[in-house]
Amino acid sequence: MIDLTCSVAGISFKNPIVMASGTFGFGREYGKIYDISKLGGISGKGLTLHPKAGNEGLRVYETPSGMLNSVGLENPGVPYFLEHECSEWETLDTVRIANLGGNTLDDYVQGAMLIQQDHDRRQTLGRQAVDMIELNISCPNVKEGGIAYGVKTSAAREVVRSVREATKLPLTVKLSPSAEDLVEMAVMCQEEGGDAISLINTISGMKIDVRRRASVFNNMYAGLSGPAIKPIALRMVHQVAKHVDIPIIGMGGITSATDIIEFIMAGASVVQVGTYNFMNLRAGEHLIDGLIQFMQEENINNLDEIRGIL
Amino acid sequence: MGKVVSNVQVAEQVYLLRVEGNYEGSMGQFYMLRAWGHYPLLSRPISIFNKDDESIEFLYQVVGEGTTLLASLRPEDTIQLDGPYGNGFPIPEGRVALIGGGIGIAPLYYVAQQMTHTDIYLGFSKEAYLQDAFREVTSSLHINVGGYIVDDVDFEQYDTIMACGPHMMMRAVQTKYLQSNRQAKVYISLENRMACGIGACLVCSVSCLDGRKKACTDGPVFEAQEVTFHD
Repeated sequence: MIDLTCSVAGISFKNPIVMASGTFGFGREYGKIYDISKLGGISGKGLTLHPKAGNEGLRVYETPSGMLNSVGLENPGVPYFLEHECSEWETLDTVRIANLGGNTLDDYVQGAMLIQQDHDRRQTLGRQAVDMIELNISCPNVKEGGIAYGVKTSAAREVVRSVREATKLPLTVKLSPSAEDLVEMAVMCQEEGGDAISLINTISGMKIDVRRRASVFNNMYAGLSGPAIKPIALRMVHQVAKHVDIPIIGMGGITSATDIIEFIMAGASVVQVGTYNFMNLRAGEHLIDGLIQFMQEENINNLDEIRGIL
Repeated sequence: MGKVVSNVQVAEQVYLLRVEGNYEGSMGQFYMLRAWGHYPLLSRPISIFNKDDESIEFLYQVVGEGTTLLASLRPEDTIQLDGPYGNGFPIPEGRVALIGGGIGIAPLYYVAQQMTHTDIYLGFSKEAYLQDAFREVTSSLHINVGGYIVDDVDFEQYDTIMACGPHMMMRAVQTKYLQSNRQAKVYISLENRMACGIGACLVCSVSCLDGRKKACTDGPVFEAQEVTFHD
């Protein structure tokens, strides 16, 4: 009997497939296409304390095996999310992760406090909408905050420590592949009370329009995702897994069940699926079916049997 | 998955694809088309050109890798269609004009099919195409090759105007509307790069007077005055 259940930070996931922030809205849109309660979890659209309009100009450009995006964290803000999305999140039978970004340290802390307060209020009513916070210190598409915090361990430590103090909710920290020392950064997250590590975020990239002699993006650079980054993400998950005791939520270019297996073998506890949602609107269903089939073929009963075997 | 019935070139780099099946969809809505595996990554948003109980048609221009692959489709090939998506054109009132520019004529043909009478203005940069098809659905067809089709339309003669074409042309429609007596309700259909097509990814953002909107779910059809053109 195949058991797909996984555990991260004391939270049980019915399977290891979590939809990545920025590719799944708050779940509402995909919920019209298939039953998203089949999923292990969803990480909602990246939130900031205040609403954010995002970047001007072109926001997406395809590259060989990849996709550059320059959305720039367009989002309605934490208060709007809590008021207008969480009532639906309460009804979702899957792990619900609120992805939190910020421009300043205070933004991060205030955002985490609001989510915690809302969580406390709902709990008194016997309800819950957010199961975990994913702290995004690694968005390459915002000029302030974002990746600036994600590069230097000392700067990131202050954010992780402050947010850890602001919330009792399970906390995963989403790291940037651009961190000066990724292992050091991950160890820091563990030291500061992070419950898990999400990696990797998109990789900063570029596309030049040679006739206009300019970047196609107003912000010059954009975040590369998709199959093109999978080997890098896999290597980083493997490296970090050797140095931390907290679970890793692995992601980067997953488009198949065997991609998921690779991340699990590299040491991930669960995985997130991002760009593949655009390639296949029913990606979640497809991957769950594929994973079961693969495990049957390989006589794997539980992912614990292969987790971190390399 | 749908089965290709035909895929006919109608002009330089312009193709008409017909897929078997009874598909849903209203005027101005689009489907996300995909006829390949993983690469290119994204499906292509293509508006409904025409449909009946047995088939649906898409008119598209070859501009990149995805549409090049679409152009290579042959009868009996399979294609994935997700949709219909988008808000589409509303049911028009009064005297109606349709203004299409280049491949932007695509969604207007299905509109014309639904209406008993519309005045149709089509503009092309190099060569006109599908004139005969449009002649079958209107007695008032005006074609302009090499000029500015928007200049040929008297906005004050109409109650409803629906337009689709290049970005600059849609901007010209907006400008002309704002300079008119604004009696007509003017709708513009915008094209944009999309990733998901269903409102989740936010890459097809459109600047509007009341903030950001999504071309895929809030559009592709917008009222002319609500869009903020930046360039």
